[in-house]
Amino acid sequence: MVLEKSASAVPAEALDSARKPSVVKAEGAEPLFKAGDAVRISIRYPVGHYRVPTYIRGKRGKVEAVIKPAAVNNEDEGFGRNAGVKRHYYRIAIPLGELWPGYSGGHNDGLLIEVFETWLERSST
Amino acid sequence: MSSHEHEHPHLPEAGDGMPGYYEIMETAVRELLVEEKVFGPGEIRHMLEVMDTRTPALGSKIVARAWVDPAFRSRLLANGRTALEELGIDFFEDTQLMVLENTDTVHNVVVCTLCSCYPREILGLPPDWYKLKPYRARTVKEPRVVLAEFGTVIPDDVEIRVSDSTAMIRFLVLPQRPEGTENFNEEQLAALVTRDAMIGVTKALTPVEEQSR
Repeated sequence: MVLEKSASAVPAEALDSARKPSVVKAEGAEPLFKAGDAVRISIRYPVGHYRVPTYIRGKRGKVEAVIKPAAVNNEDEGFGRNAGVKRHYYRIAIPLGELWPGYSGGHNDGLLIEVFETWLERSST
Repeated sequence: MSSHEHEHPHLPEAGDGMPGYYEIMETAVRELLVEEKVFGPGEIRHMLEVMDTRTPALGSKIVARAWVDPAFRSRLLANGRTALEELGIDFFEDTQLMVLENTDTVHNVVVCTLCSCYPREILGLPPDWYKLKPYRARTVKEPRVVLAEFGTVIPDDVEIRVSDSTAMIRFLVLPQRPEGTENFNEEQLAALVTRDAMIGVTKALTPVEEQSR
């Protein structure tokens, strides 16, 4: 497992790719989010197998790390649907005060949880 | 709990009553997989045998090694699976292992709110309380209260990090090495590392605590 602490593209890379034949990556091959990105967990209630507990839906947090390697979506896999597309899980940090208004423990206390890419929305805060 | 054991197929327990819905489903799926030769009944038996060899003693050995060997500790924190392979421990599930280091400023605790995800490869089967709803529901909501009930009081200025283990990663807490153990060898250190300390609900035992057990 490799945790990408920073996945931002650097200008040198862009320059490099201009010289080389372009490589078309598979859908989902590159993580859409990087460490530090602000995200919100989607509010959805799909039927079937999913691994996003209800208590984090709609809550805001930050990407702590990208989890490698990419994995199949177990919500599709649960129905035997897996066309080979893989996406990333992210380790998401959510303050306990965001989860539980009025939380009275330490103000730095937080939750860390793996969330699949399809459940994350970009957030401005 | 049977509804949550999809990841860890078991042979049904010998019970007196009629099998429940999920037991029947498990039996049907298992028989179908054997019939279709996806795997054989011998492989199921072998896997159960392998599971029975896994106990918290493996985890204690890993932690003790990390305490005495800083280079191993770094590799363990970077990639749990490959570091375990160095010790000859095969992490046979298709999951990753993340090792969470406790420090003077951070205390980690692990829970699985959805079911009972647990690093069985290195800790064996989870304790009953880990699988029951009070621990699962309360640890993400009032971790300090739960920890205090385990006799673990964490100062307010220490950050509590609750890892909810729900998908691809299993977690092992690397507790802090207790004071007064400077001259301990690996075996003596391993005796201080309890299962509960590796879940994060307690700290490692002090030498005095270990003596009075």
